[in-house]
Amino acid sequence: MPDLLIELFSEEIPARMQARAAEDLKKRVTDGLVEAGLTYAGAHALSTPRRLTLALEGVLDHSPTVREERKGPKVGAPDKAIEGFLRGAGLTRDQLEERDTPKGAVYFATIEKAGRPAADIIAEVLEDTIRNFPWPKSMRWGAGSLRWVRPLHSILCILSAEDGAEVVALDIDGITSGNTTRGHRFMAPDEITVSSFEDYATKLKRAYVVLDPAEREAAIWQDATNQAFASGLEVVEDKGLLAEVAGLVEWPVVLLGSIDDEFLELPPEVLQTSMKEHQKFFSVKNPKTGRIEKFVTVANRETADNGATILAGNQKVLSARLADAKFFWENDLRTAKSEAGMSAWVDNLSNVTFHNKLGTQAARIDRIAALAREIAPVVGADADLAEQAARVAKADLSSEMVYEFPELQGLMGRYYAEAAGLPSAVANACEQHYSPLGPSDDVPTESVSVAVALADKMDTLTGFWAIDEKPTGSKDPFALRRAALGVIRLVLNNDVRVRLDSVIDAHLLRHEMAQNGDDPVATRLMQDMLTEIADHGVFGSAVRTVLDAFDGDLPKHIEQLKEQLPDVSRDLLSFFHDRLKVFLRDQGIRHDVIDACIAMDGNDDLTLLVKRARALEDFLKSEDGTNLLQGFKRANNILTQAEEKDGVEYSYGADKKFAEDDTEKALFDALATSEGAISSAIEAEDFAAAMGSMAALRAPVDAFFEAVQVNSDNEVVRRNRLNLLSQIRKVVGQVADLTRIEG
Amino acid sequence: MTETKGAPRSFQEIILRLQSYWAGKGCAVMQPYDMEVGAGTFHPATTLRSLGSKPWAAAYVQPSRRPTDGRYGENPNRLQHYYQYQVLIKPSPPNLQELYLGSLEAIGVDMAMHDIRFVEDDWESPTLGAWGLGWEVWCDGMEVSQFTYFQQVGGHDCHPVSGELTYGLERLAMYILGVDHVMDMPFNDPDALIPLSYGDVFKQTEEEYARWNFDVANTEVLLRHFEEAEAECAAILAQDHIDPKTGKRIIMAHPAYDQCIKASHVFNLLDARGVISVTERQAYIGRVRALAKQCADAFVQTEAGGHAA
Repeated sequence: MPDLLIELFSEEIPARMQARAAEDLKKRVTDGLVEAGLTYAGAHALSTPRRLTLALEGVLDHSPTVREERKGPKVGAPDKAIEGFLRGAGLTRDQLEERDTPKGAVYFATIEKAGRPAADIIAEVLEDTIRNFPWPKSMRWGAGSLRWVRPLHSILCILSAEDGAEVVALDIDGITSGNTTRGHRFMAPDEITVSSFEDYATKLKRAYVVLDPAEREAAIWQDATNQAFASGLEVVEDKGLLAEVAGLVEWPVVLLGSIDDEFLELPPEVLQTSMKEHQKFFSVKNPKTGRIEKFVTVANRETADNGATILAGNQKVLSARLADAKFFWENDLRTAKSEAGMSAWVDNLSNVTFHNKLGTQAARIDRIAALAREIAPVVGADADLAEQAARVAKADLSSEMVYEFPELQGLMGRYYAEAAGLPSAVANACEQHYSPLGPSDDVPTESVSVAVALADKMDTLTGFWAIDEKPTGSKDPFALRRAALGVIRLVLNNDVRVRLDSVIDAHLLRHEMAQNGDDPVATRLMQDMLTEIADHGVFGSAVRTVLDAFDGDLPKHIEQLKEQLPDVSRDLLSFFHDRLKVFLRDQGIRHDVIDACIAMDGNDDLTLLVKRARALEDFLKSEDGTNLLQGFKRANNILTQAEEKDGVEYSYGADKKFAEDDTEKALFDALATSEGAISSAIEAEDFAAAMGSMAALRAPVDAFFEAVQVNSDNEVVRRNRLNLLSQIRKVVGQVADLTRIEG
Repeated sequence: MTETKGAPRSFQEIILRLQSYWAGKGCAVMQPYDMEVGAGTFHPATTLRSLGSKPWAAAYVQPSRRPTDGRYGENPNRLQHYYQYQVLIKPSPPNLQELYLGSLEAIGVDMAMHDIRFVEDDWESPTLGAWGLGWEVWCDGMEVSQFTYFQQVGGHDCHPVSGELTYGLERLAMYILGVDHVMDMPFNDPDALIPLSYGDVFKQTEEEYARWNFDVANTEVLLRHFEEAEAECAAILAQDHIDPKTGKRIIMAHPAYDQCIKASHVFNLLDARGVISVTERQAYIGRVRALAKQCADAFVQTEAGGHAA
């Protein structure tokens, strides 16, 4: 069986797209072949900056012949029916076969689809693949209309067997397939003719092309670490950079270069970022001091001077870049250490718009500072420190370094806060208040950082909810899902006990005040509401208290606020719940378990909610749990049906004196015991104990259903039993809403 | 074409070699556009000529102004006035990369000693409503050119596609000549009777313009100029296609486009004066883009824009 080799040779493919493109080529071609009946033994895909390569081993040389049998009309059926059948089958009447069936003689047709040569199928599949390739971004070139990531120059497509190779003929908008490729752009640009994958790989290596990206990566890494080791240094690992650099070269040549002494005092992160972002250099550090002293660059060719010219050029470019960075660093430090310190930067932020409906960065900082102060006691932070930290946390956005390297925001804030002599808790919060940024990012634990991080994220979320810019589908331009996950992880990791409801309500009000600050009456009313929320928790009662005490014409938008704010607040809380479900699902907690807990009071206290959910998840995994759930569902079904049928709610008045059966009496007793035990366990937030008490109900509930028919003929007994079932629902319902559990 | 051997000795020699190289490759060597622009792309020989179906090949030097980049001539690499070398060929020839590499050799870059790389960099001009895919070209880690296949200009799909090359001349020349500060770069031959450095020619003007750009330019006048250019552009394009005097069909795409260029430069000056807020910025860019689109719409209705008479 022959092997297939495909190479699509183009101008330079963006590094970030190569790996995915090679996989897409493999998938599209192999799917297409298999669908056409052409199977193969093995496939692998490779890529360089200028080529996507696919090698298939052991491809069938023909697709198999396929026979299909169709049953037609009865013999003697009207001609029209028979002709219709013949048309559909593509046969003539003499090709039909008459067969006897229990229903009489019937025509049968056998349609045979001959197998096709592999080359024909491959040509079709490859053309279709090229024309419909899923590039993230593609383009046209010249006068043609074909799309590819960059101009496509040649297609190599051969089927090779022991007796030689044949070109699979293909012509796509004037690009005809062949059995040739080219080597390295500069070191071996001539045409190469190949006869098999082995031949291709060998000749390419001779022509200074390492075909396999993994091999290029490994070679770069090994050479870089060896060279660094020889100088007593080590390369700072960066997998993303390694993959990118391997996608920029066909013939990697590693060069170790020096950083001018005058730049060695820059913070290591600045050196690293500048070298990586602008130059795609690896940082090389001294393991003893942690200082970055050298760099590794990867060239795409060998030269007669062993890379000396290339390295000198790179060094020069780096020095120009670092001279900029040093200039920014020194200017920034001067500002930070000046009398006004970082407050000059903060003042500057009043000219910077955060979002046109949410005002300036400075206004945002004011809100965050107020909220950080409020949250501080809850997370055990000093309120003054939390406020101070919130006020300087974003100051570095005005610094020259962060203007140049936005990804250093926060980190530079820490350096500058330290230089300004601010308390270390404040300096740390500058860096950490952005965290956590993703599901696996570290979560801050220092209380001041936690307070500012929470305040920052809550301000963002409530702000975008207030102006109705919520994420939709895959669109989340302000990274609000990430912010919500950040809040969830901050709360859970630090065991923070906070009622999100009141934080949301209060902060939605603050946004409202910021946007409608012109009316003094309205502002005063909202200020009063804020005070009420701070004292009593929730918006609804705060509004009532404030408005009851208000005498005069209610400003119109306060009227609106009263109507709309509760909905917005609820919507944001349920957004948190959705994110929480996703987060906990990854930790193995079922979504219906969380739903059962969200249905309970206090669901805006996420720490409590998760405690409950974890206990419930464990309980439902136990045998008692599974059985009790069945018992509960049975009770609930019977009860619901009866309530529907009778049009009443059985919720009160079960009396042990009407109990007939022993199991019934036992259930009465068990419920009485459990009810108290569960409610005091819930009170103490001891969910394990609550689940334990619930487990104790399993046996009596099972025994009851075993022995007793609820729907008794005796109406009094029946009603009593239904009320007893309602008692089960009530007692169990203290723990969680088990009706939401599936299965 | 005369093949010049050896390393070039001055800024102007690099320019002359590029001119001669691209002339040899069949480009019409044009002169700079006689208006203030932010980049060589703004020259109508690129912006307008990349539209429509007619083949085109042009190369030229374009003095470019970026008022916010002024550093009073002190920064070794930053200038508010600098030169770009621009090549535009439509349709893009299949060997454009090789042609480009040949131009580097022509100005003294030895391919056997240097590391040339094509690194993804997609180009977009929000003010021109234009975008394309391509690379920035690195020589030993330094960006020396921008290489773009135009996909859309002025909101129109490019058919055929133009290949555009832009060389940042000062930076490229500094690298080739081994100069660390732009002002130290020899402008003419160092052995000339009167040798002149880049600084001799431009140090003083960089200071003068930096002061004017940042602190003195009259923003009220500039704001008015912006409005006027915008209005004039619309007024030009609103004219009947048939000229009442000659009876000919004359669509004034180029005069209208001049007003678009003017508005764009005035916007850059206002930006340097710091009177445009972040939110206003987007609105101004949108207004210039609207002008560019209208000019592009007009151009494709002209003969040069591929309109059949």
